[in-house]
Amino acid sequence: MNLLKIENLHAQVDGHEILKGIDLTIHTGEVHSIMGPNGSGKSTLAQVLSRRPSYEVTAGSVSFNGKDLLAMKPEDAACEGLFLAFQYPIEIPGIGNAYFLRSALNAIRKYQGLDELDAIDFLPLFREKLKLLEMDETLMNRSLNEGFSGGEKKRNEIFQMAMLEPKLAILDETDSGLDIDALRIVAQGVNAMRDPERSMLVITHYQRLLNYIVPDFVHVLVDGRIVRSGGPELALELEEKGYVSIEADSRQAAGASA
Amino acid sequence: MTVEIAQFETYLSSFTTLADQSAQPTPSWLRDLRENAFVRFCKAGFPTVHDEDWRFTNLSALSRIPFRLARENTHLLAASDLEVWQIKDAAAQIVFVDGFFAPHLSSLDALPNGVRVVGLARAITDRDQTVCDHLGRYLDIERDPFCALNTSFIDDGVFLHVKKGAVIADPIHLLFVSTPHADPAMTHPHNLVVVEAEAQASIVEEYVSWGAPTATLSNAVTELVAGENATIEHTLIERENLETYNFSTLRIQQASSANVTSHSLLLGGALVRNNVHPVLMGEGAECLINGLFVGKHSQHLDNYMLVEHASPHCASRQFYNGILDERSRGVFHGRIIVHKDAQKTDAKQTNRNLLLSDDAQIDTKPQLEIYADDVKCTHGATIGQIEGSALFYLRSRGISESDARRILLQAFAGECIERISGGVRKYCQAIVAEVLQSIAKPASHQTVDARVIKARNGKEIA
Repeated sequence: MNLLKIENLHAQVDGHEILKGIDLTIHTGEVHSIMGPNGSGKSTLAQVLSRRPSYEVTAGSVSFNGKDLLAMKPEDAACEGLFLAFQYPIEIPGIGNAYFLRSALNAIRKYQGLDELDAIDFLPLFREKLKLLEMDETLMNRSLNEGFSGGEKKRNEIFQMAMLEPKLAILDETDSGLDIDALRIVAQGVNAMRDPERSMLVITHYQRLLNYIVPDFVHVLVDGRIVRSGGPELALELEEKGYVSIEADSRQAAGASA
Repeated sequence: MTVEIAQFETYLSSFTTLADQSAQPTPSWLRDLRENAFVRFCKAGFPTVHDEDWRFTNLSALSRIPFRLARENTHLLAASDLEVWQIKDAAAQIVFVDGFFAPHLSSLDALPNGVRVVGLARAITDRDQTVCDHLGRYLDIERDPFCALNTSFIDDGVFLHVKKGAVIADPIHLLFVSTPHADPAMTHPHNLVVVEAEAQASIVEEYVSWGAPTATLSNAVTELVAGENATIEHTLIERENLETYNFSTLRIQQASSANVTSHSLLLGGALVRNNVHPVLMGEGAECLINGLFVGKHSQHLDNYMLVEHASPHCASRQFYNGILDERSRGVFHGRIIVHKDAQKTDAKQTNRNLLLSDDAQIDTKPQLEIYADDVKCTHGATIGQIEGSALFYLRSRGISESDARRILLQAFAGECIERISGGVRKYCQAIVAEVLQSIAKPASHQTVDARVIKARNGKEIA
């Protein structure tokens, strides 16, 4: 069944239209990748789907798990099983990582009608997932992302994803700024989460990440529209030819249809 | 400049009543102290906003209220009424009701050796030499009319004396309860804390209300004398009801290498003025001045810091965080004076503020006056709102908007609470969590309406 169905999605930020009619369907268990040049709207799509308040949807519809995603608040979307791994994770001094994660996990469990986890139930799960991301437990006693290196922040995003076990994980340029070792660990965490019951939307500027996380489908986003879709081989073509050729193609196509 | 005291008659009659009613003859030194102070108060009157020290706090409404000395109401309260104001593992709790010592509500039995706690009135009657030596000596009644007013009415309060080398690990809790009065009532508690050399103590001074809110003026003074190498932690908690005007002055006198920490939590009161005034007299003395003020409704919370560096090699740190909601208004006035001989001074001041509504307001004003030439002084102030990106980050993980706001406010308040130690921290944490719970509701649209007034006088080093 389709988990996410985006139809003719238009969105604007500060009065500028960024998404200009996106259509995309993701079925349960599929991994899709969206690639595209800077400014094409990749991150905007991620933010709109995770319901960031300042991003205004002007047209179109999105159903998630059979429900109207655009009617949801960010916390409701999260509780329904949507997770965004941020491109730029936020540092929040004064809030412990572990405390934050337990609050999040319990908010979601409560929404789903499950019992909240106390510290004793929480800890084994927490330790198991830390190991998966090769993260040091001492990091978790520190404030949320505070003083973390770029790689540590990205790993922390995937760690949170592993803890919260979403139905749909959106990875927004999780690879950018990572060295090859950090990339390997992050990809390993993501791959461990691949599951017939879980879908992923991997947003990236570089093909490199897709060597580690091999998607089922690749879409190319240019100027707020998906201009091409294909299998994993499309990523390789992009790597070879660059976005310029695709952009040129899409301009031609746009010109022809105008 | 003389400013008329609108309710002069009521102050005068209160003053003569106090002199007449005391059972014991008043020692002449105390009579002189009171009379001088009352003359000073009558001359000065209430300050106006034209006074630089009071420019953000308008006292005209207060000056029109006919406050009279509160009556003794200690019998109104039973020990069970105090259960909500208990610090776990406190070494002692000394309770005052409307400024009157309430022995039947106080627990002083578990006090360790080396510390003496008595009512100030009793210590005066006993002609305690330490009290004669120190009482009223450190206050500047010329500069502050509220200190003059308090001194005019010096009667009772706590006299706390920690002997040389004594270590009092558990906090000593001074609890000041105000009760309802038919007419506007005022109290002027005066505490004297003398901690001798190498001794250690933690003191909590808390102001609360009991019963239905009625117009109250709590005008408290604490003189804290820190001997050489003494270590003292003082925590002020103000959570009276919204009919209360609370003025408090903490005057700290530090001998060499004395280390004093002052924490202030301003949560209650309609209009609150919190004066913290340490003088680093001896070489190598250090003070940390830490505070949190949380305003809602139309509360007015004014913090006036005056840190005087009078000797070389002293360090001072000021950290104040403010959270202001609805129509509340906050003031942070951070004055640092570095006297001529106070070389190698290291002074730092930080004031951070969160405004949660369009109508909340903060005035923050650093004022550095530096007369020495080899010093390090820094100050900084920020004014902002709950950060949208942080709020979204928490919400994107499933945390509801109101919980996310509460968590962020707690983190902001937590910066200050973390600086408090041990059992007192836990006590403060619980109090603050409850207050933040009530103001964490989601807000629709917010803009910043804030003014930052830079120091005009004195030298400023950013």
